[in-house]
Amino acid sequence: MTATTSAPSTGLDVPLERGPAATFLRESHIVFRRQLRMNLRNPAWVIIGMLQPVLYLLLFGPLLEPLIDQFGATNAYTFFVPGMLVQLGIFGAFFAGFSLIGEWREGVIEAERVTPANRTALLVGRLYRDLLQLCVQALILVALGWALGMRASAVGIVIGVLITLLLGGACAAASNALALTVKSEDVMAPVINMIMMPVLLLSGILLPMTIGPDWLVRVSDFMPTRHVVDAVRASFAGDFAFSALGWGIAWSVGMFVLAVWWGTATFRRENA
Amino acid sequence: MIHARGLVQTFHTKRGRQREEVRAVDGVDLDVSEGEVVGFLGPNGAGKTTTLRMLTTLLRPTAGTATVAGYDVATQSVEVRRRIGYVSQAGGAFSGARAGDEVVDHGMLYGLPQRLVEERGKALFEQMDLPGLWARMPKNMSGGQKRRLDIVMGLIHEPKLVFLDEPTTGLDPQARANLWEHIRGLRDRLGVTVLLTTHYLDEADALSDRIIIIDQGRIVASDTADNLKAQVAGDLVDLEVHDPAQLSAAAERLATLVPGPGGVEVVDRHVRARVPRAGRSVQGLLRDLDAASIELESIEVLRPTLDDVFLTLTGRSLREAEAASEQVGGTGQDETDPTAAGASTGAPTATPVTSSPTTTEGAHR
Repeated sequence: MTATTSAPSTGLDVPLERGPAATFLRESHIVFRRQLRMNLRNPAWVIIGMLQPVLYLLLFGPLLEPLIDQFGATNAYTFFVPGMLVQLGIFGAFFAGFSLIGEWREGVIEAERVTPANRTALLVGRLYRDLLQLCVQALILVALGWALGMRASAVGIVIGVLITLLLGGACAAASNALALTVKSEDVMAPVINMIMMPVLLLSGILLPMTIGPDWLVRVSDFMPTRHVVDAVRASFAGDFAFSALGWGIAWSVGMFVLAVWWGTATFRRENA
Repeated sequence: MIHARGLVQTFHTKRGRQREEVRAVDGVDLDVSEGEVVGFLGPNGAGKTTTLRMLTTLLRPTAGTATVAGYDVATQSVEVRRRIGYVSQAGGAFSGARAGDEVVDHGMLYGLPQRLVEERGKALFEQMDLPGLWARMPKNMSGGQKRRLDIVMGLIHEPKLVFLDEPTTGLDPQARANLWEHIRGLRDRLGVTVLLTTHYLDEADALSDRIIIIDQGRIVASDTADNLKAQVAGDLVDLEVHDPAQLSAAAERLATLVPGPGGVEVVDRHVRARVPRAGRSVQGLLRDLDAASIELESIEVLRPTLDDVFLTLTGRSLREAEAASEQVGGTGQDETDPTAAGASTGAPTATPVTSSPTTTEGAHR
């Protein structure tokens, strides 16, 4: 040591007194700020995350235009952008756990856990980051869709994006929980692929399930994300009836609550 | 500062289809006083890190009780966390973030205001020989610098008690020696109590006021290094005899210095025995050998090491224990605790028990 210092204090005389809610918000904000800083340092990943839905929009969207009448819709992009939003919400958010494994490996998670910070705040701070990233990506996607010919009301877009954020939050929380459970990218990648494939095929993200055979429609009824896709499509199409939006919103909220509970439980379980 | 009684930690592992219970820590009693630097020594898999993780509230004890800084680790974990610093084997700073940012964010999680954390962090950077590295990413730092950064993070809230888990593993000799100076400084200049785990004999010897030896989840000794070594019966005298025909004659003369029967070992052309206060008696031995015209190739007098202490206490050397734990995958948390950071691929791996290049004793072991 090159400098002499006075004896340290107890470490307890400086922290500011705050209520539990304010402490929680502060702690989750510290985690969020740190995560955001790391994302901004590597914006390439945010862009790469957007690449897939944008490519779908540019290269697959035109293929839908001649078929759109058969789907019971009038505008191919008003039909297709909601599907891409949901895809972004699922795929983008489900990869959030990979960065958590990297942090865990470098001892960051353990270092955070040995602080008095609330365990839920450690997860929620990361969710803020995931949701902000998803929100920005969603808005870019909507803007691009608009440029390509999509038309929807502002209220419809807002509701659709909010449903997407709920779903994305659920996927991000589940991804973080899964990451802390398996602690290995080699395990995580095939598990995500295993989940994603049926979700992609049975949610009607690319094509509506209604054009398929009855048995496939029945099977897709059991896929929660199918109802979310239907709800986002309905909101973009201006159909705000409960039958169209209700199930999607209910599933989104349900999955969000369940996943956040799982994520929080995992952060807590790792700790005494 | 630390009082633990009957700490137990069990894990479950799968061997084939069978689920096995592994008792990583098996009834540890531990007391550490304020201002002590205590070395927690044992081979990989002995239960050092698991014990540390229980004391730092990262792992709930399966059984037993422990108070740290006056608070119960199981029921008052947040109060414990406020008062301790912990530097894990894996580190704590993200390699792709700026070092200063990591320190500030970490300090703020203790409820400290940003400006205060920045001031303290920059002062600690100076103290820990990290000047000018505030904006550097850990991935661009040397191993020693990275380790000192980890310690800065552990000290940012000015704890009175710091846990260091294998602080010098993976560092080169120069970086280790440098870090030792800083660890000594924690106690000498900052008045911090330190509990450090290590499997380096020389590190425990050089740094610790007191050494606690753990093996297979149990504490087998706790004393100062000198007192532990005093438990070993004398210094090791090793005679290398020139003419193999004179081995028995040399052994007879060496046996006169050994209290009690037996105790002299002949291996190849070497005659060895533990001799109390060999420094004094070896001169007479040399005269006897000379008078009997027994020619020596070399003579070595080796002071007892902590490895000798471990051998005396457990019946095997630390290095053997290390090799055994590596063969079976270990019995302690170091290898089996699924919650430990860095337990899978990509984490810093433990290196075998070695003696420091700066000492010569171990080279002969």
